[in-house]
Amino acid sequence: MKREPPQSIADYGPLFFPAGMLLIFFVVPFGTMIAVSFFQRQEGGFYTPAFVFSNYERFLTAFFGGVLGFSLMLAVTVAICCVVLALPFTYLLSRLTRRLQVIWLVGLLSVLSLSEVIIGFAWSTLLSRTAGLSNLLVKIGLLEQPVALFPSFGAVLTGMVYQALPYTILVLYPAIVRLDPTLMEAARTLGSSPIRAFFNVLVPALRNTIMATLIMVFIFALGSYLLPQILGRPQHWTLSVLITDQAIYQSNMPFAAAMAVFLVLVTLGLVALTLLIGRKGEKA
Amino acid sequence: MDTFLKTSVSRRTVLGAGVLGAAVLAMPNILRAQDKSLKVGVYGGYFKDSFDKNIFPEFTKATGIAIESVAEPTGEAWLVQLEQAAKAGAAPADVSMMSQVAMLKGQTTKLWTPLDLAKIPNSKNLIDRFVNKYPDGSIAGIGAVSWYITLVTNTDVYKEAPTSWAAFWDKANADKLGLLALVSNSFLLEVTAKTFFGSTNALDTEEGLLKAFDKLAEVKPNVRLWYRDEAQFEQSLKSGEIPMGQYYHDVTGLAASEGHPVRSTFPKEGGVQDSGCWALSRASKKVDEAHIFIDYMSQPAIQATLSRKVGTSPTVKRELLDLSDKEFAAVSSDIEPIIPRYDLYTTKSDWLNQKWTELIVG
Repeated sequence: MKREPPQSIADYGPLFFPAGMLLIFFVVPFGTMIAVSFFQRQEGGFYTPAFVFSNYERFLTAFFGGVLGFSLMLAVTVAICCVVLALPFTYLLSRLTRRLQVIWLVGLLSVLSLSEVIIGFAWSTLLSRTAGLSNLLVKIGLLEQPVALFPSFGAVLTGMVYQALPYTILVLYPAIVRLDPTLMEAARTLGSSPIRAFFNVLVPALRNTIMATLIMVFIFALGSYLLPQILGRPQHWTLSVLITDQAIYQSNMPFAAAMAVFLVLVTLGLVALTLLIGRKGEKA
Repeated sequence: MDTFLKTSVSRRTVLGAGVLGAAVLAMPNILRAQDKSLKVGVYGGYFKDSFDKNIFPEFTKATGIAIESVAEPTGEAWLVQLEQAAKAGAAPADVSMMSQVAMLKGQTTKLWTPLDLAKIPNSKNLIDRFVNKYPDGSIAGIGAVSWYITLVTNTDVYKEAPTSWAAFWDKANADKLGLLALVSNSFLLEVTAKTFFGSTNALDTEEGLLKAFDKLAEVKPNVRLWYRDEAQFEQSLKSGEIPMGQYYHDVTGLAASEGHPVRSTFPKEGGVQDSGCWALSRASKKVDEAHIFIDYMSQPAIQATLSRKVGTSPTVKRELLDLSDKEFAAVSSDIEPIIPRYDLYTTKSDWLNQKWTELIVG
């Protein structure tokens, strides 16, 4: 079937609905946020429309730079952990029978039905001194006495990876299932070990998918604000936690908006950079 | 029967009735005003449940005004929502229970409809500091309930109750404390000032505040959890995971009465007394109902019921209440309370918040 390029405005019709939705639910709110980020904060009150840079000035300090840096580092770590875990898992999953695959996928989807609050509290119980996993280790004799494994960076990372892993698998799954099985067979016939074939054939063949998945998980993890609060110490709080504090508890909308705009810009910048590097790599 | 049939209905009457009927249908406001109701915002969870069970049904019985209770989040989230809604002319709740800091912030945008004390005769029962006034003297809010933040401990871990807030600074309590995460709801600066510098007047100057921050920094190694969400700490306190901290006296007492190994202690420096006001959103049209409600809630008998059933400390004078000494001691204390420096949270809020965040995050 040959695709005709659109001739009249009516041919663009199907695009109007998504474009409208994007306008109403993304462009307008984001525009409002940018506008508010320049408003004048009224201490002890709300804000008045103005055009000032003081909200951005307040953000540009070593303190907030550190928090931003930690948030980005945390999101990158979560993304890498998720992909490293999900890639072999999804590959093995794709080689199971249809029936087993469905059971696994339903199980993974059910994790998505858990709210962040439930995930946070469940992990805080699992990692607690009084009722947590370390009690099992004591029973087996590996530990002298139970220890608290939270709040800590490891706990935050564990909670966030747990939350993002189902998404990662669901994004990787279609690409891996569609992958030509003869590629791996050829590698095997040519004498490659299964692990070698996995790294030398499967991973390069899926390079774009892996990149896209990393970016998706990174952005997903960047917005997390509940798990770092429940499972981490204050030094593990992400920028999103501080944005929430400003918006909800300090009613300082202009400063919260400025931080959010900054976070979005940095994120977009990093994504663009990643894509650029990826494209250069392809050309080479 | 005959007389009924003979009763003539004049053309005029029919027309009149028709016009009236049409008018009623065209103006649903009249119909709505007749079935009287009021939307009241109270803190969600235990507080709202207690009010729904013990207070609101009696109020409806006494006044004929139906109450629709709205669960409001703690902190200032509700203030932001009320303010945004009022800008759009809507009121998610007519009357809300608001914290003192939120009351002051709402005052700056005239969010609260000034109340008429002539319509609230029971307001004379209140302790003076529980009447919240605009700078021009008009009434922004009327004290609803007050509550204490005290020193709480797990009784399994601490056999002896601590007697002073200084226990937070004790090196023996490393990694054992749960404290509130925000400067404006933990009131730890006031606690520090009262415990180590004599009184909260030490916070009058910026040097005094910085000194309090420095002293407070010494607590950091002892803190395991800085909590925003009450459930987060309450659970850990009950299990002994985090065996000491600051928490609400009423809820701790309730947990203890349910058999959990927790206790709430009024330290010798005093518990922190915070309070909530009833305030009327300027977007609300139910001004009369709101006054009736606030007047009803200010009766000594109702305040006593609140103390017995909800565990809050009364906002009316002690001598007007029929609470026994034991009942009073359960919700309050004769030790002079630490009253938060609400003024600081409006005049210096951003500076305090920045210093505080750097203190606990940095």
